[in-house]
Amino acid sequence: MKKSALFQFAERKYPYRKLKNVLILSTLYLSAMLAVTFLGAVFAYVVMRGVPGLSLSFLTELPKPVGEEGGGMANALLGSLELVFLASSLGIVWGVMVGVYLSEFGREKMASSVRFATELLNSVPSIVIGVFVYVILVKPLKTFSTLAGAVALGVLMVPTIARTTEEILKMMPVHFREAGLALGIPRWKVILKVVVRGSIPGITTGVILAVARVAGETAPLLFTALNNRFWQFGLFEPIASLPVQIYTYAISPFEEWHTQAWAGALILVLFVFAINLCTRVLLAKRSQ
Amino acid sequence: MNLLQYSPRTHTPIAIPQTTWRIGNLATFIRKHLLQSPGMRFGDKFFLFLARLAGFSVILLLALILVYLVYASLPAIQKFGVSFLYTSTWDPVREVFGALPVIYGTLVTSFLALFIAGPIGVGIALFLNELAPKRVAIVAGFLIEMLAAIPSVVFGLWGIFVLAPFLRESFQPWMIDTLGFIPLFEGPAYGVGKFASGLILALMIIPTISSITKEIFKTIPAHQREAAIALGGTRWEVMKISVLKASRSGIFGALFLGLGRALGETMAVTMVIGNRAQIMPSLFSPAQTMASVIANEYAEATSDIHMAALAEVGLVLFGVTFLINFAARILIHRMGRSQNA
Repeated sequence: MKKSALFQFAERKYPYRKLKNVLILSTLYLSAMLAVTFLGAVFAYVVMRGVPGLSLSFLTELPKPVGEEGGGMANALLGSLELVFLASSLGIVWGVMVGVYLSEFGREKMASSVRFATELLNSVPSIVIGVFVYVILVKPLKTFSTLAGAVALGVLMVPTIARTTEEILKMMPVHFREAGLALGIPRWKVILKVVVRGSIPGITTGVILAVARVAGETAPLLFTALNNRFWQFGLFEPIASLPVQIYTYAISPFEEWHTQAWAGALILVLFVFAINLCTRVLLAKRSQ
Repeated sequence: MNLLQYSPRTHTPIAIPQTTWRIGNLATFIRKHLLQSPGMRFGDKFFLFLARLAGFSVILLLALILVYLVYASLPAIQKFGVSFLYTSTWDPVREVFGALPVIYGTLVTSFLALFIAGPIGVGIALFLNELAPKRVAIVAGFLIEMLAAIPSVVFGLWGIFVLAPFLRESFQPWMIDTLGFIPLFEGPAYGVGKFASGLILALMIIPTISSITKEIFKTIPAHQREAAIALGGTRWEVMKISVLKASRSGIFGALFLGLGRALGETMAVTMVIGNRAQIMPSLFSPAQTMASVIANEYAEATSDIHMAALAEVGLVLFGVTFLINFAARILIHRMGRSQNA
C-alpha cells in the first residue's frame, strides 16, 4: 500500500468521509437502477404498443398497400427464418472450426494472429460487412439476394462462435485428451469425438446466442437482402426480413404501419429474450 | 515472410524473376504454415490442415474486407484525394463529397454516449461486483445484459416514437430556455438529432462497458481490498484505492471498446439522427454519422461516384474502429499482464 493512501484517510474528518461514502454508494445504486429502469421502459413500450398490432392476420398475411386495413408480416417472419438458417449453416461450421483451431492448436505461431483477427472481425461494424458483401456478391450477380444477406449474417456469426467455442473447449480437462491419445486414438478423432462432442452443450449455447444476435441485425441486410413485399424465397431474389421490415415501417409516415412495426418489434424482442433466458437457465442448471 | 523460392531438387534458394515470386511467395507461405506437419498420420495431417485453413481464413477475410473496401472506394479516392477527409460538402446531387460532416456527427454522438455511459457503466460494474448481495447481483447483471440483447432496430423504434417526442416537447425546450446562450444548446428543438442519438447510444454501450469492467474488477485479488479495509477505509475509499486505481488501464480499455461499438452502431442512430449532413454546433440539431449515411444512401445511390464515396466512408469507419479496438486490446492486455506479474 502506498504511503499517500494511508495519509489520505487521516487527512479528512470522519463525518466528511462517511457522508462522501454514502453519497457515492447511493449514486452507484442509482446507476444500476437507471439502466434497469431504461430496460423496463423500452420493454414496456414495446409490449404496450406491440400487443394491439398482434393478430392472426399479422402472422399469416402478406403486407397490404398503404391505406388498406390489416395485412401482416408473414413473409418477413419466414424470410428471417430462412436468412438465419442459411447464415447459421455457414457461420456455425466456420466458427466452430476456427474455435477448434484456436483451442487445440492455439500455441502455434499463427494462432495468436488468428485470435487477434477474430477479435478485430468481431469489432468491424456490421454495416461495413454489408458494404463488403455488396461489393463481392450483389454487384457481380447484379441483384440483391437472399444469398448475399445470408453470407453477411454468417460472417457476423463467425467471431462470436469461434470465441465461445475456444473458451468452452479449453475448459475440457487436458487429461481427457491425454487419455484418448494414450489409447492410440488419432488426434483428430480425439478432438472430434472426445473434446468437441463432450462440449456440444456448451457450444450449442454459444451458437444459440449468436443466432439470437444475428436475428435482430438490420444494417447488413439493408443492401444485401433488401426487402420484398411478396412470398419470395429463392436464393437469388431479394427477401423480406423482420428487422428490415420493422425499420421500413418505422420510418414511414403511416400510422397503421407504425402499429405493425411495434408488433414486429414485440415478436423480435420476445424471441431474443426467450432465447437468452432459456440458455441462461440451462447454463445455471448445468453448473450446479 | 520468405521472399525466396526453393529449388525442388537441390533445396537451395533460387532467385525468381520479379513477376512470379509474388505467387511463389504465397505458395511457400501456404506450404510452410498450412501444410507443414512432419511425421503425422494422414488423418491428423488433414485435420491440422483444415483447422489451419479455418484459422487462416479469418485473417484472409479481414484482409479481403480491407482490399474490397479500398477497391470499391477507388473512384472517390482518385477524384477527391485526401480532401475527402476534411471538406464539409456532402451533396449527392452535385456529386461533391466531403466526409467531414459525417465524421463530425459520428464523433460527437459517440463521445456524448461515452461521457454518459462511461461513469454509469463503471458505476454498475462497481455495484455488481463490490456492493450488491449475490442474488441481487445475479438478477441485475442478467437484466443489464438483456439491455445488450435488444436489437438495435428496436432501440431505434423506441427512439423515434418515445424518446424523440419527449425530448422535443419537454426536455429540449427547457434546456434551450435556460442554457440556450451556450452554442451547444441553441436552436430549435427537433427532438431527433445528435442529442437523442447520443442518449440511445449510451443506453446501448452501458452493458458493454459494465460487463468488461466487471470482469476486470474480478481479477483484483481480495487481499487488496482487505488491506484497504484494515487501514480503516470506508467502503468507497476501499473501492477507490484497491479496485479503481489498480484497474485504471483496464477501465480505459473497456471505455475504448464501448466507444468502438458506438462508432459503428448503425440502425438506432440512423432512425433518430435526423439525416442532415451538416456541421452544426448545437447538440439538438440533426446530423448524419458515418454508419447512418451508408445505411440511408447506399441502396439508393445511383451514380458510381456516390457509391464510391459511401464505400470510402465505410473504409474510414473500418479504419477508425480498427484503431480504437487495437488500442483497447493493448490496454486490457497490459492490465492482464501487470496483474499476473
